Amino acid sequence: MIIKGKVHKLGKDINTDDIIAAKYLDSQDPEFLGSRCMENIDSQFFKKVKKGDIIVAGENFGCGSSREHAPVAIKGCGISLVIAASFARIFFRNAINIGLPIIELAQAEEIRDGVVIVADLAKGVINDKTKNKIYYTKSFPPFLEKIIKKGGLINWIRDKNNKVR
Amino acid sequence: MGLTLIEKIFKKKSVNKKLNDFIYAKVDFCFGNDITAPLAVKEFEKAKFNSVYNSKKIGFFCDHFVPARDLKAANNVKTLKNFAKKFKIKHFYDTNICGIEHVFLPEQGLAKPGDLIIGADSHSCTYGALGAASFGVGSTDLAAAIKEGACWFKRPETIKLSYSGKLPDWFSGKDLILYTIGKIGVSGALYKVMEFSGPVIKALKIEDRFTICNMAIEAGAKTGIIEPDKKTVKYIKKVAPGIKNVPLLKSDKDANYSEVIEFDISSLKPQVACPHLPSNVAEVDKLKSIKLDQVVIGSCTNGRLKDLAQAAKVLKNKTIKKGLRAIVIPGSRKVYLEAVKKGYIKIFHAAGFMVSPPTCGPCLGGHTGILDKGEVALATTNRNFIGRMGDPASLVYLSNPAVAAASSITGRITHPAEIVKKVPMDERRRTKGRGRLSS
Repeated sequence: MIIKGKVHKLGKDINTDDIIAAKYLDSQDPEFLGSRCMENIDSQFFKKVKKGDIIVAGENFGCGSSREHAPVAIKGCGISLVIAASFARIFFRNAINIGLPIIELAQAEEIRDGVVIVADLAKGVINDKTKNKIYYTKSFPPFLEKIIKKGGLINWIRDKNNKVR
Repeated sequence: MGLTLIEKIFKKKSVNKKLNDFIYAKVDFCFGNDITAPLAVKEFEKAKFNSVYNSKKIGFFCDHFVPARDLKAANNVKTLKNFAKKFKIKHFYDTNICGIEHVFLPEQGLAKPGDLIIGADSHSCTYGALGAASFGVGSTDLAAAIKEGACWFKRPETIKLSYSGKLPDWFSGKDLILYTIGKIGVSGALYKVMEFSGPVIKALKIEDRFTICNMAIEAGAKTGIIEPDKKTVKYIKKVAPGIKNVPLLKSDKDANYSEVIEFDISSLKPQVACPHLPSNVAEVDKLKSIKLDQVVIGSCTNGRLKDLAQAAKVLKNKTIKKGLRAIVIPGSRKVYLEAVKKGYIKIFHAAGFMVSPPTCGPCLGGHTGILDKGEVALATTNRNFIGRMGDPASLVYLSNPAVAAASSITGRITHPAEIVKKVPMDERRRTKGRGRLSS
């Protein structure tokens, strides 16, 4: 999959209360959750995002609660990919499980806000044309690659050929 | 090379009995609450699953937005109730039975040493205090586990944290974990297990151990865990009287730790986490000038009987500062009843506290104590992120229950010693235990 989008740059330790405030957790509607995405830290975030855009953040993205509403909200507001220096554990597994593309990139800090980048997920290559810079990312371990390729955990466990189970 | 406690549990529960980099393991119990489980039910139904792996090993605990704060919250509880009825889920608990899940679940004997537990709530790491391998997961993980009875895991590295020294006055499990997070940071244990050990951990009560493991997630940890000992066995036999053998798994002496960190806590004071991260920690004395609008005592971190007892000791024959809002939330019906019997609720009431039914309520800005713009709260909860308890321009400080109680009397962040000149009996006994602790 190739994703091209405008970068929305965020800092480090972006927590799940930043991504979607707890008061909205009684909803499971991606569109509604998306419209409240990042409200506590940037009330205009939802309006700035266009379908297909990319979040680039620092370390420990998605720390805090286990709410799957966080990756659902990110997807719901139109974000197609999250690149971060590192991810908090539960956010990481939630993103894999629901099929939100994520990339761990140590140099995430270098990518600037507002630029358009192209990410080739299969090849693990991110191209920042404004800087003429190409970043190579680590591929996912084969175990996770299989879940990702299936489009998420539910499809993975439904797969009759799944040998792990 | 030996194995850590967590590795031993993973090896035992892994479907292929191997400790690979990624493990697909059977779970002994899986659960969610009234905000995470409805999303799991939605995924379960979307996948057209029509059976559950074991109706006795699934739990729905309604605790976050209950008693239903509004129509949506009521609808979510109903979704769970209907699902539980359809699949004969044994452990469905609505308001009248349940309490805060991480206080209630161990009280029911549902977490035991050596168990592998997953909960769709990040503070599911709490049960590591009993020597269980217990992990917070997402709603889709829960949906899959309800169907399959299993979950995928990355084999984690373990950090060993060892605590020694004399336990300072008014210093509790909360202070120990806040101090630790302050030292290693909110991503200091990312993807790793925190194994808490050493003479201080051995000397602390089970309730303090729950508090410590509960907040391992705030350092980014996969979970926290403590080797079970005599105190654990005593606790398990009390909550699950039918149990015959309590497995006492321990880490091997030659187990591989990614890091070993040693702390001497002798010279520390009660700790307070300042906005907006749990790692932003200062000693209580440094924050005397912080004026408060609200104090909250409760939560899955500090809503147990010992926590209410500690606060009640400080509040006895005192009243809260005029104009302050003070709320105490017993963590479960059992805690509530015990607190009534022991006279703590009467003390809270006489001091001017509002006594809430068991709920997560204000901890996550759900209800029962939301902050307005510019308001400042001191809470015994676990997170102080921007907007966590209400308006994004409100502030949350985190402390132990005694500090919260003392601060409710003065209306500013206060060391309990400022209110209680003589250290109470229980605290004194713990102080006398110093010799044992340091040996």
